[in-house]
Amino acid sequence: MSDVKEFDTRPTGSPSSESPLAWSFHRRGTPPREASAGVTLREKAFLGHLILRGGAIVLDEAVREVLGITLPARPNTLALDNSGERSIQWLSPDEWLVIVPGGEEFALEGRLRKALGQAHYSIVNVSGGQTVLTLRGEKAREVLMKSTPYDVHPQAFPVGKGVTTVFAKASVVLRRPTEEGWELVVRRSFADYCYRWLLDAAAEYGVIVER
Amino acid sequence: MFHIYCPYCEEHREEEEFHPKGQAHIQRPEDPEACSDETWGDYLFFRDNPRGVHHELWVHAVGCRKFFNITRHTVSYEILETYKMGEQPSVTAKSLSEKDKQAGVQAASGGWQTVGARPESDALNKGARV
Repeated sequence: MSDVKEFDTRPTGSPSSESPLAWSFHRRGTPPREASAGVTLREKAFLGHLILRGGAIVLDEAVREVLGITLPARPNTLALDNSGERSIQWLSPDEWLVIVPGGEEFALEGRLRKALGQAHYSIVNVSGGQTVLTLRGEKAREVLMKSTPYDVHPQAFPVGKGVTTVFAKASVVLRRPTEEGWELVVRRSFADYCYRWLLDAAAEYGVIVER
Repeated sequence: MFHIYCPYCEEHREEEEFHPKGQAHIQRPEDPEACSDETWGDYLFFRDNPRGVHHELWVHAVGCRKFFNITRHTVSYEILETYKMGEQPSVTAKSLSEKDKQAGVQAASGGWQTVGARPESDALNKGARV
């Protein structure tokens, strides 16, 4: 066990907490529901985000033991567990993003630290720093094409891929966990901007914001 | 816009995602206390500004955030090669000029090429130079 001090960033009891998009929803609400909307936008708030850094071989062993997912070793890939709720994404040759349902991240961090022992690694809980936006619908790809220079054609961007790229002058982690949906991991400070950009870009196709 | 190949992401990305960070392969003097002021000053402040092949350090700032090297031609802006940190370039000014020599292209020192330098016209050129 390493000597790193851990603390649960989620307070005990049930104080009210606000998602990064709370301010956007508060200020402008959501656009009126349209019957024939081409894009559906939804925030997956309060998920657990961990950044894993270290050697691929060492981390792979621990992650397989604790999460039951094989660490994606190839660049720009994404691995999900059977339920599709937990995922690991390659961010750089020694860095991975783990996203788990909210509330699991602290226990997971502890279990990973235990499994990794004295190995050379780092785990950082970044749950408060970013949020996940999902984009669905037949026009979702068109919205992305307007927003990012990255090629989002299914041939270049198959299911199970995830990249960090430029998105509307900000940066996001863009990923495709399933056939029909896209996920954007956005920084908390960019969340309002990205949300408003997406609403604007999707306006011509009709957009539904689910809450 | 450039399409730059990131050796860590193993694919081409838009130039927007990258930042140039100056000359690559700058070596810190082994023993700064013992080296001359001139060597230290060269190391700190003086950079090459060649007309032709240049090795540069770039960072994939929006992406994997890794530093890597680019071999770039400063006249044509052509990116000849990208390679990881700690590796040596396979394309250099020397390797290019050797290739030109084999193909019979006479390369001026600045990197510009002159026509009519094929081996068969060598005698003609010799006569002209006298």
